[in-house]
Amino acid sequence: MPLMLELQGVTQIFGGVTALEDVCFTASAGDITGVIGPNGAGKTTLFNIVTGIYSQTSGRVLFEGRDVSGLPPEKLATVGIVRTFQNIELFANMTVLENVMVGLHTRSRSGLLACSLRMPWAMREERQIRGEAVKWLEFAGIAELADVEAGNLPFGKGRLLEIARAMALQPRILLMDEPAAGLNSRETMGLAALIRQIRDMGVTVMLVEHDMELVMDICDRIVVLNLGRKLAEGTPRQIQDNPDVVAAYLGVDE
Amino acid sequence: MQFDHILQYVLSGLSSGAIYALIGIGFSIIYNATGIINFAQGEFVMLGGMLALFFLQLLKLPLWAAIPCAVLVSAAAGLLFERLAIKPLRQPTPINLVIITIGGSILMRGLAMLLWGKDTHALQPFSGETPIGVGGATILPQHLWILAITLIIIALNKYYFYHTVSGKAMRACSYNRRAASLVGIDVRRMVLISFVISSGMGAMAGIIVAPLTMTSFDVGIMLGLKGFCAAIIGGMSSGMATVLGGLILGVLESLGAGLISSGYKDAIAFIILLLILFVRPQGLFGKSDTERV
Amino acid sequence: MKRELMKFLLFAIPMLLLPLALQGGYMLNVMVFVGINTMLAVALNLLLGYAGQISLGHAGFFGLGAYISGALTTISGLNPWLAMPLAALVVGLLAFGIGFPILKLKGHYLAMATLGLGIIIYIAFNETVTLTGGPSGLSGIPNLSLGGFVFDSDLKNYYLIWFFTLLVVLFSLNLAGSRIGRALRAVHDSEVAARVVGVNARLLKVQIFTLSAVICSLAGSLYAHTMTFLAPASFGFHFSVELLTMVVIGGLGSVYGSFLGAALLTLLPEFLRAAHDYDIVIYGILLIVMVMFMPGGLVRGVPEIYRKLASRRGNAADA
Repeated sequence: MPLMLELQGVTQIFGGVTALEDVCFTASAGDITGVIGPNGAGKTTLFNIVTGIYSQTSGRVLFEGRDVSGLPPEKLATVGIVRTFQNIELFANMTVLENVMVGLHTRSRSGLLACSLRMPWAMREERQIRGEAVKWLEFAGIAELADVEAGNLPFGKGRLLEIARAMALQPRILLMDEPAAGLNSRETMGLAALIRQIRDMGVTVMLVEHDMELVMDICDRIVVLNLGRKLAEGTPRQIQDNPDVVAAYLGVDE
Repeated sequence: MQFDHILQYVLSGLSSGAIYALIGIGFSIIYNATGIINFAQGEFVMLGGMLALFFLQLLKLPLWAAIPCAVLVSAAAGLLFERLAIKPLRQPTPINLVIITIGGSILMRGLAMLLWGKDTHALQPFSGETPIGVGGATILPQHLWILAITLIIIALNKYYFYHTVSGKAMRACSYNRRAASLVGIDVRRMVLISFVISSGMGAMAGIIVAPLTMTSFDVGIMLGLKGFCAAIIGGMSSGMATVLGGLILGVLESLGAGLISSGYKDAIAFIILLLILFVRPQGLFGKSDTERV
Repeated sequence: MKRELMKFLLFAIPMLLLPLALQGGYMLNVMVFVGINTMLAVALNLLLGYAGQISLGHAGFFGLGAYISGALTTISGLNPWLAMPLAALVVGLLAFGIGFPILKLKGHYLAMATLGLGIIIYIAFNETVTLTGGPSGLSGIPNLSLGGFVFDSDLKNYYLIWFFTLLVVLFSLNLAGSRIGRALRAVHDSEVAARVVGVNARLLKVQIFTLSAVICSLAGSLYAHTMTFLAPASFGFHFSVELLTMVVIGGLGSVYGSFLGAALLTLLPEFLRAAHDYDIVIYGILLIVMVMFMPGGLVRGVPEIYRKLASRRGNAADA
C-alpha cells in the first residue's frame, strides 16, 4: 500500500509545555487509521498540526511523499487534506445545503466580477454546485433537511452535515476528530457504516476516537499516543494485547 | 536644534504621556476583566473635565471638593453604563460590543453638548501659572500636578490589584474568567467594578489635563484613542508597561510636533497605533503568542 | 431568481418615478444624498454584515474618492469621467495594500485600527492644503457631463446618482447571492471551518474590504461632482459612525436594509428639524436600542414584531 500520510519526528511545544514529542507514524492509502490515547495524549494537537491549524515546533508532515509542513488549512484542503471537528464547526446561520455548497467553493472558479454581473458561466457553475451539494446530502442521508438552518440541527445530524461538507471537497484523506462524541449507539452504528463507505470510495480515513468499540471495529491500524509520545502502533488485535497500552489506559506505573 | 528645545519637548511630552497612561490603564482594566475594548473610555475623560468645571464654576465649589465630586459622578456614570448597556446585552459578540460602546460614547458626547454647549473651556490651574525652570527648559506647576497625581493613582492601583481581596479577584478574572467563577468569584461584580474604576481613572485624567489643554464636549475621542494607543504599546497591561507606553507616546508626539509639523501631531499617535497593531500586536514589551487561531 | 428580480424592480421602479411625485425642489436634493448614503451603507454592509469585519474608517475612503476626483479635476483639469475610475483605482490599491495587515486583526482591535486609519486620512485632508484646500475646503469642482449634457440640476443629479446607486445595489445583491457571498457568510460564521474547507479567508476578507472601499470611492467622486464643493468635516469619524448606524438600523447582511437605514438617517433631520442639533444623541440611542432589542435591524425586526402581533391577535380570536 502506498503511504498517504507520514509524520516524521513531529514535536510541538506550547510555551515550555511539550504537547507532542518526536512522533513518527504513517497512514497507508485506503486504510482507516485510528489515533487513540488517554486525555492529554496530544491527539487533537496532532490533528491540528496535520491540518495546518498549528505549525509544529519541529518535524515534518509528508502527504503523498510531499512535505506539507506549515501550509495553511485552506491550502491543505485544496491538496486533499480535510478534517472535521470534535465540537462540530458548522456555519450556523446558513442552511444545510449552503453549508455543503461552501464545501464546493474550491471546486468552483467564478470570480468576484463574474458573480456580481451574473455571467452565464457563473450561473451554470452555481447550478452545478447546487446539484452536487444535494448529492452529498443524500450520501449522508440528510437530504430532507436541506433548507434547515444549520444552527437548528440536532447534534447527530450536525455531525453528518459536517461529514457531507468535508466529503464535498473530495478529499484524499479525511481526518475526523472524535466523530462519535455525543452520538447515541444507533447513530454511532450509522457512523461506522458511513466511515466504511467513505473508505470504500477510496478516501483514506484517520480518526481520533474514545469509543474503543468503534475504533476496534472499523480501524485497519491504530496508533496509541500517551503524554505526547507514540506508545504503540499496530492492528487492533496487536493493540488490544499490548501490555504498555493497557497500562497507560489503566494508569499503572511501570 | 538646541538641546533646550528638545528638553522642553520631552518634558511636556512626559506630562501628556502621563495622561495617556492613565486613560490607557482604564482601557486595560476593563479589557482584562471582560475582553471588551470600551470605546466610551474617552468620554469619561471628557466627563471628568466638564464636571469639574461645572462644580467649580456653576456650583462654586472649591477645587478640593469639585475634583472628588467630578470623579464620583463620572464613576457613577461608568456604573450606569455597565448596568444599562453592557450587562443586558443578549448577544455579547465583539461587533455588538463595539457598536454598543460606540453608541454609549456618542450618546454621552451628545448629552454633554446639550448640557454644556459646544464652547471650549479652561479649568483653572491647581496652583498658579508661574513657570518653573528645569535646565534650560520650563514647566508649569500643572505639569508637576499631573505627574504627581499620576504616580499616586498608579501606586493606589498597584495596591488594589496586589493587596486587596477584590483586586486579587480581578486579576484572577483576567487570567481565566471561567476558572475564577468556578472558585466562587462573582465575575459580573468584577466587570462592574472594572467599569467603575476605569471611568473614575479616566475622569481624573480629564480633570488634571483640563487646565493645560482646555476641555469641551468632544475632547473624548482624541484622548480616548491616544490612551488606547498607550495601552496597545503596553500590551493591554494594567501596570507599568502601559505607563511606559503612555510616556513613549507622549514624548514621541511632542518631539514630532516640535521637530516635524504640529499639524500632523495627532496623526503620529495613530501611525504608531497602526504600526504596533500590524507588527507587534502583543505590545512592545510582551512575549509573542504561539497560538495561531 | 425570478423573485429576486421582482424585488429589485419593486425597489428600482418607484425610485425612478419618485421625482414625478416630488416635483423638483429641495426634497429632490435630499434624495440625492439618500442615494449616495445608500451606496456607502451597502458598501459597508458587504464588509460588516456579510464578512463580519467591522470598519470605522469608511468615511476616509469616501473622502479619498471625493478629494482625488476633486483635486484631479480642479488642479490638473482632468475630465471627471477619467478622474472617477482613477480615484477608485488609487483607493482600491490603498485598501488592498493595507487590507492584509489590518484584516489580520479581529473584533475590537480591527475596529480601533480602522478608526485610526480613518482619522489619519482625515488629518491628511486638513493638512495637505495645496491639494485639498485644507479646512476651508475645495471649491469649483466641475459637474459631470455627457456630450453637451451637463448634470447641473437637482433632477439631473438625481438620475445620475440613482443610476449608480441602483447599479451598486444590483451588483451587491448578485454578489451576496453567489459563491462569493456564501463564502463571506461562512467566514463570518466560523473562520476556522471556512478555512479547513478551503476558503482562503484572508484573501477573501481583503478582496471584500477593497471592493467596499472602491464603492465608497465611487460614491465620493459622485458626491464631489454633484456638490462641487468639499470640506474635511464631511469625512470625519462622525460620518463613519453615521454609516455604521445606517447599516445596523437597516439590518446587517441585508442590502435593502442598508437603503432603509440610509434613507431613515438622511431624512430624519429633514422631518425633525430639532433632530439636527440632537443628531449624535439620537444616533447613540438608536445604536444602543437596535443592538439590544432588534439585532437583526429593521428589515428583520419589523416583520418579526408584525408576526408576533398577528399571532397574538389570532390567539385572542380563538379564545
